[in-house]
Amino acid sequence: MNGEEKAYSAHVEYVLRLGDNALILGQRLSEWTGHAPVLEEELALANIALDLIGQSRLLLTHAGTLEGASRDEDQLAFLRGDHQFRNVTLVELPNGDFGRTVLRNFLVSAFTRELWQALGSSRDRQLAAIAEKSLKETRYHVKHSADWVVRLSDGTDESHLRMQSALDYLWPYTAELFTENPVDREIAAVGLGIAWSALEPAWESTVRPVLMEATLAVPARTAFRSRGKLGLHSEYLGHLLTEMQYLQRTYPGAQW
Amino acid sequence: MLTEAQAWHVLQEIPDPELPAVSVCELGIVREVRAAEETVTVVVTPTYSGCPATQMIEAAIRTALQDAGCAAVSVETRLSPAWTTDWLTPEARAKLRAHGIAPPHAAGRESTQPLRFVPPAPRCPRCDAADTVRLSEFGATACKALYRCTQCREPFEYFKPI
Repeated sequence: MNGEEKAYSAHVEYVLRLGDNALILGQRLSEWTGHAPVLEEELALANIALDLIGQSRLLLTHAGTLEGASRDEDQLAFLRGDHQFRNVTLVELPNGDFGRTVLRNFLVSAFTRELWQALGSSRDRQLAAIAEKSLKETRYHVKHSADWVVRLSDGTDESHLRMQSALDYLWPYTAELFTENPVDREIAAVGLGIAWSALEPAWESTVRPVLMEATLAVPARTAFRSRGKLGLHSEYLGHLLTEMQYLQRTYPGAQW
Repeated sequence: MLTEAQAWHVLQEIPDPELPAVSVCELGIVREVRAAEETVTVVVTPTYSGCPATQMIEAAIRTALQDAGCAAVSVETRLSPAWTTDWLTPEARAKLRAHGIAPPHAAGRESTQPLRFVPPAPRCPRCDAADTVRLSEFGATACKALYRCTQCREPFEYFKPI
């Protein structure tokens, strides 16, 4: 493999990771349809899911074009096995209760907001255009989730307990967002994207003040690192894909 | 064969599927029209990434131009610059208000806002009262939020600035 091919496959991998993160979180949030605690939040979660799935369509289409193997968005979404997905483990974890769902939305959207901001100046013009568009949508996701994180955590004893336990559960998985990664290094070196590890200070400066306002205790970092980005997923992703991919697997090529 | 001006005229009649009061041109979705030889090319910028109306709008553009006698229609998607509610025409704003939807404030650039910052509330599109409260950041479609007027007590939708 020569240098150019190597950079090319890192490029595909990087865009796939962005698309998979959006797709898997979008799929998780859509599980709330028909189950949210109040109608307004049902609409909010469905709309956020819709934004994420829309972003993933653009990203997966772009990854398919870069790959050059004529795989379209549907083939990438519905016909890959779990080890071929490049999303971080954080987004595939079960929703839990409403509090854990909005807390994860906050932790993730605070990260993607920084990411889209940085990718707006990518040398990959299509990726920069997708980032510019997604940034606007993501700002609303951050606002919505931060609002709920404070409201629930600084609410009743019961809601506070639940939010603290949600943070204890989710926090270790956020470390994966910032782990050093050879794909990131290659992409950053040629100006196509930013290494995710570089976004940690900006993410912390958004997340910590909100968690503090929310009266939550931020757990200490441990040595635990999930490895979804490398295709090594939790047991939850397979179950999610089973449901998401059922139709295309059972009736290949089915049109809606 | 249509001229560019004729094509614009046809497009001005196409309603947005989710906001039939306004046309896709008034919403700023149609960015450019080019007529060359037998083909009319329409450049569109979609509103939200996940907006389910995007494909319907493309189909409506094709049908309308073909019905108007255009042999070949090509619809191109342009993502950048990203669509903004600042592109809504003054006519669109007036029509939205007339249909009970408060038009968006200027989108501008995001500054760092304090966590408990409450954005300026839209005026009630029915009674014009300034005293309104937000019920939900998201409404029946991704582009709208839900508000209630504390004067006339009616709920209404607010087209979110983006």
